[in-house]
Amino acid sequence: MKCQQCQKRPATVHYTHVMNGKKTNIHVCEVCAKENGYMTYPEEGFSLHDLLTGLFHLDTPKVDLQGHPFQQIEEVRCPSCDMTFTEFKRIGKFGCAECYHTFSNRLDPIFSRVHSGNTRHIGKIPKRKGGHLHLKKQLEDYRQQLRTLIENEAFEKAAIVRDNIKELEQQIRNKEAGDTP
Amino acid sequence: MSYEQFMDQAISPWMLEDGPDHDIVLSSRIRLARNLADHKFPVIAPSEELNDVKNFFEKEYNQASFEGSGPLQFVPVQDLSTIEKMVLVEKHLISPLLTKKFNTAASLISPDEQISIMINEEDHLRIQLYYSGFQLQDALTKAFEVDDWIEDKVNYAFDEKRGYLTSCPTNVGTGMRASVMMHLPALVITKQLNRMIPAINHLGVVVRGIYGEGSEALGHLFQISNQITLGKSENNIIEDLQGVVRQLIEHERHARNKLLKELGTGLEDRIFRSLGALKYSRIMDTKEMATRLSHVRLGVDLELINLPRHILTELTVLTQPGFLQYHTQKTLTPRERDVLRASVIREKLADL
Repeated sequence: MKCQQCQKRPATVHYTHVMNGKKTNIHVCEVCAKENGYMTYPEEGFSLHDLLTGLFHLDTPKVDLQGHPFQQIEEVRCPSCDMTFTEFKRIGKFGCAECYHTFSNRLDPIFSRVHSGNTRHIGKIPKRKGGHLHLKKQLEDYRQQLRTLIENEAFEKAAIVRDNIKELEQQIRNKEAGDTP
Repeated sequence: MSYEQFMDQAISPWMLEDGPDHDIVLSSRIRLARNLADHKFPVIAPSEELNDVKNFFEKEYNQASFEGSGPLQFVPVQDLSTIEKMVLVEKHLISPLLTKKFNTAASLISPDEQISIMINEEDHLRIQLYYSGFQLQDALTKAFEVDDWIEDKVNYAFDEKRGYLTSCPTNVGTGMRASVMMHLPALVITKQLNRMIPAINHLGVVVRGIYGEGSEALGHLFQISNQITLGKSENNIIEDLQGVVRQLIEHERHARNKLLKELGTGLEDRIFRSLGALKYSRIMDTKEMATRLSHVRLGVDLELINLPRHILTELTVLTQPGFLQYHTQKTLTPRERDVLRASVIREKLADL
């Protein structure tokens, strides 16, 4: 398809214009699109990042009925790096690992959009943390056992499990303290 | 040993061997994004903090060897001239973004240029592994080993629910971007590729031109990579990507046979005209070169031309603006570059 405007270059920008309920299809080349303002280019081209930051704003209504922008009632701020949620949405980047916890309850919709509905990690686990996670899982199992044993009044066995729990807790503490940068 | 070795050779040592399916897949890459748990991410961290991170990696990893890879060379961006930065970007050893953070950024590069670890780019660490041909699985295995090796000395930012924590939400989870570079001239010429792209995207796989965009991709070179990083294991991501790549390989081979049958001498003519243009031109811009090299590479694949493939890869890198200027040691106007490019190509192809 040739560009409707210049009739020379191939049409690469396809655009549907709706005005007063009337639809018009426009097929133009990039050069004509730019000249007519159908497309605006940021300085370094349109990036995935621009698309993304666009997505972040979907969840907040932009204006009220009078057309005034909504005020953020409460600004969440990361205690570790000072990043606010507004700032995060603007630049599309987290400031530190803690941001993930600070903004935790607002991230699911964002991750879901970016990662085809997924919000939870499946895959590689750091060795160090991996060992750690493994211990935590075991601790959880022991606690469950302990509850069952106490309910059944098997106190001798419960005492052994309790000791195991203590030992495991100490191990986890040591590991956490031993972690370097 | 210093970083000059990375400037002097246009072709990375790992490219010299033809990998599996080398007639269509030029290279495979795995990139892992990692951050340190107790440091702010580079996007907002103060320079002093980033310098601590940089100095830590220089102290612990400069000249350190990962298995048989040879000693890693620590290359601080601030030590590089503008042209040297261009050269390393053209070789894909560092990213354009890294060169903008010149005070706090660095890279650790192995002598065979297969491993490069960027420090303080968008994330504290970007671990990259390159393999020739279609070898995603091997690249992943090695990338995991390098990852564990680095982790011996650092504590990664990781969350049980979200996985590896990255500065950009598009990388969170595995932090992995797997990609292959494919040469798909027949799918472009027969106009099939653009029709396949929406279906491919649907599978969470992205296709983009290496140089240029969409069907305008220069040199018919495309990068195929995974889009999502969260909620899918690294192995599953690779398997899905491999599935798409295998399909593309099959379709491309089929399209090549069809082209050869339908166009016959017409196709041969196109290929040999391009070889002629490369061998004898006096002015050659990057756009024309990319197209000509693509034709000649197709000629080699169809066994019409007898040339080592890596010469073509080498020419692509050797004739980029940064490389041309590095070897003449001066700044060139675009016209001067086109003239020099033509002569570099003539020289390289003269004895073949």
